Amino acid sequence: MAEFEPQIVAFCCNWCTYAAADLAGTSRIHYPPNVKIVRVMCSGMVNPIYVLKAFEGGADGVLVAGCHLTDCHYIDGPVKCDAAIDKLRKVLHVLGLEDERLRREMIATSEGTVFAHVIQEMVEQLKKLGPSPFKVKMEALA
Amino acid sequence: MNLEDIIQETKTYYCLECGKCTSVCPVARYDPSFSPRQMIENALLGFGNELLFDKELFSCLTCYTCQQKCPSDIDFPVFVQKARSLAQDNEQHGVCAHSGQLQSLARLMTGPAIKQKRLEWLSKEYRVSENGDVLLWVGCAPYFAPIFEDIEFNALDITKASLKALNSLGIAPKLLPNEKCCGHDALWTGDVETFKKLAEYNAAQIKEAGVKKIVFSCPEGYRTFKLDYPNYVDLGCEVQHISEFLAEKIEQNGLKFKEIKKKVTYQDPCRLGRHLGVYEAPRKVLKSIPGIELVEMKHSGLESICCGTSAFTNCDSYSNMLRAERLCEATETGAELLITACPKCQTHFRCAMTDKGKEHRSTSKIEIMDLANLVANAIE
Repeated sequence: MAEFEPQIVAFCCNWCTYAAADLAGTSRIHYPPNVKIVRVMCSGMVNPIYVLKAFEGGADGVLVAGCHLTDCHYIDGPVKCDAAIDKLRKVLHVLGLEDERLRREMIATSEGTVFAHVIQEMVEQLKKLGPSPFKVKMEALA
Repeated sequence: MNLEDIIQETKTYYCLECGKCTSVCPVARYDPSFSPRQMIENALLGFGNELLFDKELFSCLTCYTCQQKCPSDIDFPVFVQKARSLAQDNEQHGVCAHSGQLQSLARLMTGPAIKQKRLEWLSKEYRVSENGDVLLWVGCAPYFAPIFEDIEFNALDITKASLKALNSLGIAPKLLPNEKCCGHDALWTGDVETFKKLAEYNAAQIKEAGVKKIVFSCPEGYRTFKLDYPNYVDLGCEVQHISEFLAEKIEQNGLKFKEIKKKVTYQDPCRLGRHLGVYEAPRKVLKSIPGIELVEMKHSGLESICCGTSAFTNCDSYSNMLRAERLCEATETGAELLITACPKCQTHFRCAMTDKGKEHRSTSKIEIMDLANLVANAIE
């Protein structure tokens, strides 16, 4: 049987992390192709339902990444994001989801290597954890 | 199922077009475009799309006020429930409150492999047993606790209070470590597929547990188990709301309370009151606590006004007005405490009182508490 390849959905802020992912690409830094990036205008706009829907759709892990606390294009997006993700983490904990499956990172425009490293690390962790416990639909498709 | 089947099944063809439903409807009082009568007419005259693609279909509170007055005894809430499932088939989901997080959680819970950590709040001071006859249904409380942190509402307090009350009666109930959402919200937003999966899973768990009675601290779960589960699964045990259970025990002199000097008023939850006809049991419990003076609101019992949102769908400014009206009625009684028997009523009222928006904030403020909490406080 082929090795399990986790699927990651990454919500990346337009101003920092999306640009960092772009930089990783233009700098030819290698990272696993298991990630699907969704560009959002600010990490503060990532509503918990986006993350829940990603899990519903069969994601094994979700990354929410944006600017550092003081770099936000809209002043306090990362603060809002932190608050929302903390709350969601508690809910997902009750649901029995492993903490590693939801990751919150702050990656600045210049940190292409950090982005590649985060994805690398996440893929390794998720490979150890195995498929998401919510995965019903994806198996049905396969 | 198509609209014709729904009309046949719920006998909406008996409609006399008298419009009593719309005149008593709490939503229609504020929302001029909402009309139960119009919705039924649309269905009967063959304008199915007008009904299914109208966002107002999801505005109905399914509070059963209309059915009380309907001369033809049309079960409008069930009609709405079935029409919503038809609307879901057409990709109409209504506007869910909290962006649909709670509905999404119910769908995630259908995942067969999940192992919930829903009993982490359980401390040593509570007694539970592995093989009791009574099961306490915890429901969504562990999920509500983090979600409603910011309105200072911890639904687990209600569960803990119920557990304390049961313990003081010498009952160590059983708790299910992996119980799933009862599916109430899924069913009433038209997601029958999710509801069926949850019902089947829960029924299997309960059968395995081999209990004789399930006690609920949430009327929505109670309603779902009592009226909706029998249509899909066989439970093979009795279900009861905590207020009924306590009222029974008080009658048999099983509970003694210390004095609490407070003037209180009681909000009948729609699921417990009009859906299931439980009006007396909570009042009996309240009256049995010495020092408690119960004053009724202008509308109570059968005519009680809903808390403004059900199944976490279409919570809008109209629902907020409805809540403000109800809170105003509660403060007008001069009571210092509003007692409810439903965690969701409490969520919605607390939200209305802490809502940051200037226009939508309720000006009436009153302390609010669940019946189970009051009982737990009164236990010696």
